[in-house]
Amino acid sequence: MARTDSAGLSTPPSTVEVERGRLRLFAKAIGETDPVYTDLGAAGRAGHRDLPVPPTFLFCLEMERPDPFVFLAEAGVDLNRVLHGEQSFTYHALCHAGDTLTFESRITDDYERKGGALRFLVRQTRVTREDEPIADLGSVIVVQQPEAGT
Amino acid sequence: MTITDLREGDELPPLPLPKISRTTLALYAGASGDHNPVHIDIDAAREAGLDDVFAQGMLSMAYLGRLLTGWVPQDRIRTYSVRFTAITPLHAEPVCTGRVASIEEADGERRARLDLQVTLDDGTITLRGQALVALT
Repeated sequence: MARTDSAGLSTPPSTVEVERGRLRLFAKAIGETDPVYTDLGAAGRAGHRDLPVPPTFLFCLEMERPDPFVFLAEAGVDLNRVLHGEQSFTYHALCHAGDTLTFESRITDDYERKGGALRFLVRQTRVTREDEPIADLGSVIVVQQPEAGT
Repeated sequence: MTITDLREGDELPPLPLPKISRTTLALYAGASGDHNPVHIDIDAAREAGLDDVFAQGMLSMAYLGRLLTGWVPQDRIRTYSVRFTAITPLHAEPVCTGRVASIEEADGERRARLDLQVTLDDGTITLRGQALVALT
């Protein structure tokens, strides 16, 4: 695929509603034992107005858009050569089941290393709830390009 | 160890996880929305040149998140970041650990900077991370 500099590419904003059932399934999948994440009574006693969204689940909600990897295609990247290199979260406020969140992403950096054998895409996603900042997510995607290696 | 008299070098209570099974990976795929077949379908893994499926990196990051929320209420977590350093094979037994790297003052609050990692039973470090957690 043609190599294109993708820095600056952005994905149109998407909105997702946080569902209790999804949160409970996620809690089960990660072996969560703290009832705050699955039981409304326990969540309420801990001061939550509904089940809280756990620290990494925002990344999952980001994948809810119809085609979560469209940005890779736009950057000319083959999905089968992609590795997740780094992930970061900066939290501004907790969010809960029932919230509607907006995700806006853009690629902020696109560079190669090792003579082009590795390409790095840096992606930033801002999460808001009715314009209130909730979190900023950062991903580093590593693309293996062995044919370009020296 | 209480949060108020926390010191540099203190360790968080470790979180040992059960052995990673195919069911673990299937459940996480469904729950996370990451349906990449290389984690759940051995045929897809073999087509990609691998011997077998392997765990989603974000599953380990979620486990490490449990280490944090098991230690402090979640609204104390200011930042949380990781670097994925090795894949987690099937049947591995990850352990999440963390230690206080430093105590800092910022934005009017006392914070602990934590060094985090996930280690497998054979010693492989699959994930290295950091978190900033408010203490006051």
